[in-house]
Amino acid sequence: MIVADKKPVEEIIEYVKDHSKILVLGCNECVTVCEAGGKKEVGILASTLRMYFANQGRDAAVDERTLERQCDHEYLEEIRDIADQYDAIVSIACGVGIQFTAEKYLSIPVYPGVNTCFLGVTEQRGLWTERCQACGNCILAYTGGICPVSRCAKRILNGPCGGSSKGTCEISKDLDCAWQLIIDRLKAIDRLDLYEKMFPIKDWSTDRAGGPRKVVREDVQI
Amino acid sequence: MRLTYPTSIRIVRVPCTGKVDVGHLLRAIEKGADGVYVVGCKEGECHYKKGNFRARKRVEQAKKILASIGSDEGRVEMYNLSSSDAPLFVKYAGEMDAKIRNLGPNPLKKKNRRAA
Amino acid sequence: MSAKTPSKLEKIMAAGHLGVTSECGPPRGSDPDTIREKAELLRGYVDAVNVTDNQTSVVRTSSLATCIHLKLMGIEPVLQMVTRDRNRIALQSDILGAASFDIFNLLCLSGDHQSFGDNPQGQNVHDLDSMQLVWTARKMRDEGKFLGGADIKRPPQMFVGAAANPFADPFEIRVPRLAKKIEAGAEFIQTQCIYNLDKFELWVKQAQDRGLTEKTYIMAGVTPFKSAGMAKYMKNRVPGMDVPDDVVKRMSDTPKEKQAEEGVNICIETIQRLKELDGVKGFHIMAIEWEEMVPDIVKRAGLYPRPEID
Repeated sequence: MIVADKKPVEEIIEYVKDHSKILVLGCNECVTVCEAGGKKEVGILASTLRMYFANQGRDAAVDERTLERQCDHEYLEEIRDIADQYDAIVSIACGVGIQFTAEKYLSIPVYPGVNTCFLGVTEQRGLWTERCQACGNCILAYTGGICPVSRCAKRILNGPCGGSSKGTCEISKDLDCAWQLIIDRLKAIDRLDLYEKMFPIKDWSTDRAGGPRKVVREDVQI
Repeated sequence: MRLTYPTSIRIVRVPCTGKVDVGHLLRAIEKGADGVYVVGCKEGECHYKKGNFRARKRVEQAKKILASIGSDEGRVEMYNLSSSDAPLFVKYAGEMDAKIRNLGPNPLKKKNRRAA
Repeated sequence: MSAKTPSKLEKIMAAGHLGVTSECGPPRGSDPDTIREKAELLRGYVDAVNVTDNQTSVVRTSSLATCIHLKLMGIEPVLQMVTRDRNRIALQSDILGAASFDIFNLLCLSGDHQSFGDNPQGQNVHDLDSMQLVWTARKMRDEGKFLGGADIKRPPQMFVGAAANPFADPFEIRVPRLAKKIEAGAEFIQTQCIYNLDKFELWVKQAQDRGLTEKTYIMAGVTPFKSAGMAKYMKNRVPGMDVPDDVVKRMSDTPKEKQAEEGVNICIETIQRLKELDGVKGFHIMAIEWEEMVPDIVKRAGLYPRPEID
């Protein structure tokens, strides 16, 4: 899923302090699972903002709404009728949802209420870790299903580097060395032979290096 | 034991303090409660193992949020006691009551009324 | 192995002599005299001088510019290049730039993570990794072609090397990884500082068993301790460093005023023991901010005078 983290309230207040009709807009998908932008967080943020305005003696309305998704037209259309009532939207969906909301509601300022972090997993409650950088050219078949692009601090394709120590990365003892994991895994599936070949220079044009990306699927287009 | 506790206190019963969310605590203050405190089982004695620890974390979070918008974080507190310990319940009720009286009325109450 | 490039370092090792290199860290400023003074200390005692590339991710004068200073002084440089700061365009471009000054040695590295340095908030590049940089440099030299496929007019003539850390984990792939680097085209290997000699000897033996020591020149890395504190720091703080307890103890059991001398003794004993190893073809003496000790170490280790090769 897309993992996001809450922005400090102070930062959000800085964005909205001059507005008086605000919609806090959540999303029921990834950000709900990572407890940063679902219905519950909408309630907390909206309540916080209402108390802030009251403390300032400001007469401002802060409403709450959570959509099924903010990355699809049909769900974003659900606020079409009410959007005009607001002079600001704080979206606590991921960066994708925030942008799509902004694109759809051109005349209303849309502010981010979360920092979008990475594509990752819930390792345990309250701990999310990165797994994929969406490089657009998957190499997991050769690396035992563990990605050096997203999990090695130097995205080394022929690792591990000299900084790998007792299974951890040189930048932090709390971080697994991706190449240690890859080697352990290749061993487990009896494919250490894959390690012996040098991994050729990667084509990064499918990564962000190639500019904003597009997937066009004529077979599913109507 | 016909013990008494301050009449200012309204009890909201929940199955476990683990059910109490940050949003509940904030909303109570937002709507004008002068204070809100959570009374959970003693630490380590939660029937659901970690409910009261969760509650404590949420109380801490609510305090942080209140502080960040210039409200008094002391209006939210957490206490732990054994469910059969009525004297301690009364003691904490008295403590909280005194603490809130000391802080004075929730300023949001007045502002809400004015806005309405 | 016979020499394929004009590199003096390569010629010396190809002739069967033990090669000796040291290093010169560029200054945190632009004063060329500091470079010249450091290099002058090493003149005649080593065959080539490595110039580090923003080591530990701290901004310094560029490796290439420093190499040019050395070259103009008549001292043979080894250009170190890390893949952290430049993409494949800049790397190929700098290789050509170095070649235009007839810099004949290149050491390819991935580089310490930027979080160790003075710009921890910076981006890193890692378009290529160190192995792929070795491969790129060899392609440029041997095929006379850029990565893009076009011909290079006057291709670089570089003796291409890589680093190896026999002590990093997991140990079991350290030799396979060396094999990969050699396959990528590494003609010489400079190792991480060696303090655990038993482990190093095991690594060399395993490399020898795979025939790797006949395909590349392994230069054993040594660094003299200046103090017991440095030994402890290297043991505990430097990633991928293996300093056995008895070495640390030997340093800390030495009175403070004699520790530097003892550190040099350990370094010389290391060289003397490893000289006897068939698989070791040279030494890389990294006297960190202690260049003035290098002549003494070279002499006392029996590596002086350096052979003359034209």
